[in-house]
Amino acid sequence: MQPILSVSGLKAYYQMRYFGVAREIRAVDDITLHINRDEIYGIAGESSSGKSTLIKTIARAIRPPLNVVGGSIAFDFEAGPRDLYALSEEQLSAIRWRHLSYIMQGSMNVLNPVRRIRHSFVDFAFRHMGLPMPAFLQRVEDHLAHLSLQPGILESFPHELSGGMRQRVTIALATVCRPDFIIADEPTTALDVVVQKNVLGMIRRLQQEMGASVLFVTHDMAVHANLCDRLGIMYAGRLVEEAPTRALFQRPLHPYTAHLIRSLPRIGDDTPRHGLEGRPPSLAAPPPGCRFHPRCPLAMDICKREVPPMEELESGHRVACHAALQGIAP
Amino acid sequence: MTKALLELRDVSKTYAGGGLLSRRHVAAVSGVSFSLQAEQPEVFAIIGESGSGKSSLARMVLGLSAPSQGTILFRGQDVTALRSRRDRLAFMRQVQPILQNPFEAFNPLTRVDRYLYATARNLAGASDQAAAEAAADGALQQVGLSLAELRGRFPHELSGGQLQRAAIARALIPRPALLVADEPVSMIDASLRMTIVNLFRDLRERLRVSIIYITHDLATAYTISDRIVIMRHGEIVESGNAREVLAHPQHPYSIQLKESVLSIEGAWNKETALVSSGNREGSRL
Repeated sequence: MQPILSVSGLKAYYQMRYFGVAREIRAVDDITLHINRDEIYGIAGESSSGKSTLIKTIARAIRPPLNVVGGSIAFDFEAGPRDLYALSEEQLSAIRWRHLSYIMQGSMNVLNPVRRIRHSFVDFAFRHMGLPMPAFLQRVEDHLAHLSLQPGILESFPHELSGGMRQRVTIALATVCRPDFIIADEPTTALDVVVQKNVLGMIRRLQQEMGASVLFVTHDMAVHANLCDRLGIMYAGRLVEEAPTRALFQRPLHPYTAHLIRSLPRIGDDTPRHGLEGRPPSLAAPPPGCRFHPRCPLAMDICKREVPPMEELESGHRVACHAALQGIAP
Repeated sequence: MTKALLELRDVSKTYAGGGLLSRRHVAAVSGVSFSLQAEQPEVFAIIGESGSGKSSLARMVLGLSAPSQGTILFRGQDVTALRSRRDRLAFMRQVQPILQNPFEAFNPLTRVDRYLYATARNLAGASDQAAAEAAADGALQQVGLSLAELRGRFPHELSGGQLQRAAIARALIPRPALLVADEPVSMIDASLRMTIVNLFRDLRERLRVSIIYITHDLATAYTISDRIVIMRHGEIVESGNAREVLAHPQHPYSIQLKESVLSIEGAWNKETALVSSGNREGSRL
């Protein structure tokens, strides 16, 4: 079956010019990946690894100085294949929310603080549903009930709801039109652990019921382990490893991934854990060769010179690392 | 009897909210008591979710806000009774804060090393620039940095981990007996986080400084702390040895909290998995 999203060789740079001096920040540098129908694909990475830039670029939610420099992004929605970058603003807004929707981190930024929740649903979803207003509101209420939310919250203001309820409302907003593809950007990072588990379970359940695909971005590896079907690890603007979630956690091939997994503290485990020396590189002047080599315990001469190619070493398990290519386990 | 380093006796804090006519009082902290011993420095974790009152408690321990009821004694002296500038400074030398986000703790337009000199002058009695630099360098060495690395640098030129270590070094300059760290690693990137966590334990051993470590993250608390208290709605629901409490929580809330922590090992366990989906075995590609 055709994947719903195919990204190939994508390069998106922030291109700035101050006083005649050009400056380029390569936030997304040569990323190739695909996302299947009916799966949750996770992207993990630290701050400034380029994960937010990647999802903005995929959704064509970019504006200068961020520019797409190369590569392609192709969607294949139920309604047919679409190249978002070839569409007019009008065509794009017909696709947004109907086929491609978002769950954001800060629910307060999505919901208008001075209007009742009902208005947010009307603003976002009404024109996509093609229903008369009473039928539309009935559909919204049914959908809210499905997410264990009382219909009465439609008449509430956002500040009257708890953080967990607000985040469930934004999930309801993003899914009420039954989109094919949902981008979720750190949707549970601001929530308490008890609430977080409920919200994640809800995202999983909705995804399975609708058969939608979800691109789920977070830095929290434990969330990825529990939610995603496949997982991609980003470091300094590049995808360094990608695998089915279980394979990635059981046998990481990239030293960076291995470190991320090993350094997680666990209750009941007293083995010492260590941080990595150094810091993620500046994307304005990334190191040559493999961008991880200054911090890598396995770094060899070739790592300083040549960018490691992304190779599929095991079925569905791709990695960009010279050491892994030579069979050296991290 | 030797005086405790820090003792909280039945401490409560209520905030008044609402308008003039609809005045409401919200209890952020109610009836909290615990004490830290002076002889045996320890990492004491306060665990709670948002709204549990853990940050209100930290502000009171730091003397930034007064408890509505109860007393906070530092070496037998009431923290809220410190009126004179001399007493306040003496208290600040002993109790130092470390904040959540190092990028907010430092002014983005001020060089990082200036903060260290100012603390050395104001709190550690450095009389000239050379003495301030020596004090700053000494503290930076304790956290694995050096003045040579930081001199003249602005906050944005450092990584979150380096900057948080600089913030810890600044707090160490007056040789405090107690550090109050409010979520010190939640804004730090995963690859750098454990360096900071390990540093706290290391400082307790080498410098014999007690640390109040406030967090919502049970796994980190397990790794770092000697004793913990778990707070909910401003009250302590469970306290004791960190390993025992987190391995075998007794209070229903503590149990719920522990069960909600997502773990990598639990991800493929049918009982703890988020959803019972058979299709996450890696066969679907």
